[in-house]
Amino acid sequence: MSWKLLQSELADAGYIASNELAMALHLSLQLERPLLLEGAAGVGKTEVAKMLAQLKSARLIRLQCYEGLDANTAIYEWNYQRQLLSVRTTAERELSVEQVEDQIFSERYLLRRPLLEAISQPLPPVLLIDEIDRADEEFEAYLLEILSDFQISIPELGTIDATTKPMVILTSNGSRDLSDALRRRCLYSFVEYPDAKTELAILQKRLPTIEPQLAAQIVGFVQALRKEDLEKNPGVAEMLDWSAAISGLGVANLSDDPVELQATLVCLLKTQADIANIPTEVTQRLAGKLV
Amino acid sequence: MPVTRFVQPASGIAERLSGFMAHLRGNGITVGVTEHAQTLQALSCIDITRSDEVRLACKAACVGRADSYNKFDELFTAYWFNSGREKMSVIESNHRQSSPSIFQPGVDSSQKSEGAGKTTEADESSSGEDDESAHSGEGKLIAATTTNIEKIDLRELMTPESVQRAEQIAHKLAAAMCDRRSRRRRRAKRGNALDMRRVIRASISHGGEPLELFKRHKPDRPVNIVALLDVSGSMTVYARVFLSFLKGLVSHEHNTDAYMFHTTLVRVSDALRDHDTLRAVNRLSLMAQGFGGGTKIGSSLQRFNQQYASQSVNGRTVVIILSDGYDTDSPEIIGQALKRLKKRGCKIIWLNPLKGWKDYAPVAGGMAAALPFIDFFAAANTLESLSALEPHLQRL
Repeated sequence: MSWKLLQSELADAGYIASNELAMALHLSLQLERPLLLEGAAGVGKTEVAKMLAQLKSARLIRLQCYEGLDANTAIYEWNYQRQLLSVRTTAERELSVEQVEDQIFSERYLLRRPLLEAISQPLPPVLLIDEIDRADEEFEAYLLEILSDFQISIPELGTIDATTKPMVILTSNGSRDLSDALRRRCLYSFVEYPDAKTELAILQKRLPTIEPQLAAQIVGFVQALRKEDLEKNPGVAEMLDWSAAISGLGVANLSDDPVELQATLVCLLKTQADIANIPTEVTQRLAGKLV
Repeated sequence: MPVTRFVQPASGIAERLSGFMAHLRGNGITVGVTEHAQTLQALSCIDITRSDEVRLACKAACVGRADSYNKFDELFTAYWFNSGREKMSVIESNHRQSSPSIFQPGVDSSQKSEGAGKTTEADESSSGEDDESAHSGEGKLIAATTTNIEKIDLRELMTPESVQRAEQIAHKLAAAMCDRRSRRRRRAKRGNALDMRRVIRASISHGGEPLELFKRHKPDRPVNIVALLDVSGSMTVYARVFLSFLKGLVSHEHNTDAYMFHTTLVRVSDALRDHDTLRAVNRLSLMAQGFGGGTKIGSSLQRFNQQYASQSVNGRTVVIILSDGYDTDSPEIIGQALKRLKKRGCKIIWLNPLKGWKDYAPVAGGMAAALPFIDFFAAANTLESLSALEPHLQRL
């Protein structure tokens, strides 16, 4: 399958990918390498994984990273309570120490967390490791073994090899610099805010009922807004929310009702400072430039 | 202008590609054997007769971080299309090896400039002397390593790089100060020790089986940092770097507080939490210039005591004052203000840019009055001296 085909299939599924992203995705599927996506929040990094899972009709296994995420919650954990009960119930049978150990440290007593789950599927799933920059550096080190060899070592059981190689997508918002070791194991793509044409295509894909003129206005407005001095630029998801809000309110033209337009900006501006930065005058200036 | 160009053709794709890898390496994108193999593999998955596809594929395979992502297209065109690129007249550069902006393997830069002088089909307009001067300018930059930058008095560097560096140092210092662990243990969801008392208590309901395990760990006792920056006339030369230092401190922790003073005191923590360092610093530099008159350290500190100290200063606070100690108020006011501040149980660090100067003695009235209340008095006139603070702050 060529990357153009992948791009158009993604587009049919509702995700408009840039050439760079489509190529990176194609290669990561072909070479079975993890793909690291970086970019501002709201440019659709996580969505890529969801769409890919949908496209390949694969299971999506998601690992949301956070500070303090450890191997227990991400890879595996022993089911302590079950082990304890098992030891108790078989206490009368007078087993040797080795036998007891073999019994309680077997796969039956293993709680599979997302990463172990992902490499032991019968069909290759899509593994989404979301916001990897939030996890600690130690956790990044755990990931290296999994991402390069697709195997997990459990001291009591030995090494577990992947039954199928999952399609791995890592996303990062750049709140912390990732290690070079991790970067080198991945293919890389930087996802930017879409240009006006792409954004219009996204909007029309997601909200097919919207008037073409209004859609063009919305995209023009959001693109202009991103050039303003904002703390948090509105992402694609925000743009879609706003479009839904505007068409839900029955607005046909952005320049019709300044008060309503200003009120709907809550969908785009997510901090108090940004709302203060974009008063009605600025909104009108931005809206005035639209056709 | 000198134009870099290609001479000998290579025999096959693999060889040509290794040339490309060397070209990328020469221009600051780290690629190793893995990337090389990966790129070759990638090329086998696409239609390599189309240059655009090849570019996208190489980009995904070779580039690993955002800053080189934008640079890649230029480097790609320069290598594969033999077009070279006009050298930018780089003035400041923070690349580790400040090689010419497009570096070609096998051709060292002095040869290139001469070559450009001789083979002037394309660039007749440029005179040889211009080339030389451009080169000598860059040659200096090649010599300018990070350590050299750090020794210059902060006044001389207001470049984006040094501003960034100051921020990094601040991050490190803040981290050094913040990492305080308690000696006690508290119950916690995850921890490295078992909470035996609770485990046993809970086991009673299971007939003595310790089914539920409770953990304890040592809680963090983070240090709050409150930074007060003097932006008076005598300090304005340092303002930008110190502001970015402040920004680094503020962005490290949520509860860090930052203030600027001159004749009045303003709280700037929120303004400093701007994503864009340079923008924040520039904005604040403008704000700082807006003030007028002399420095009133004493009354600024008093105002801080009255208005803000009750919320932001407690026994776990480190107050950092960045000032040269030249005050138009009478020295007693500083002394009183610091005494009162000190009663809250905080640690006070005074970073004085003048202290780094030879033969400096804190004889200025204000400084002398302040000394008894200061836990740590240090120089802050170079980035090096700032980063040298780390071990001292750890001990505080």
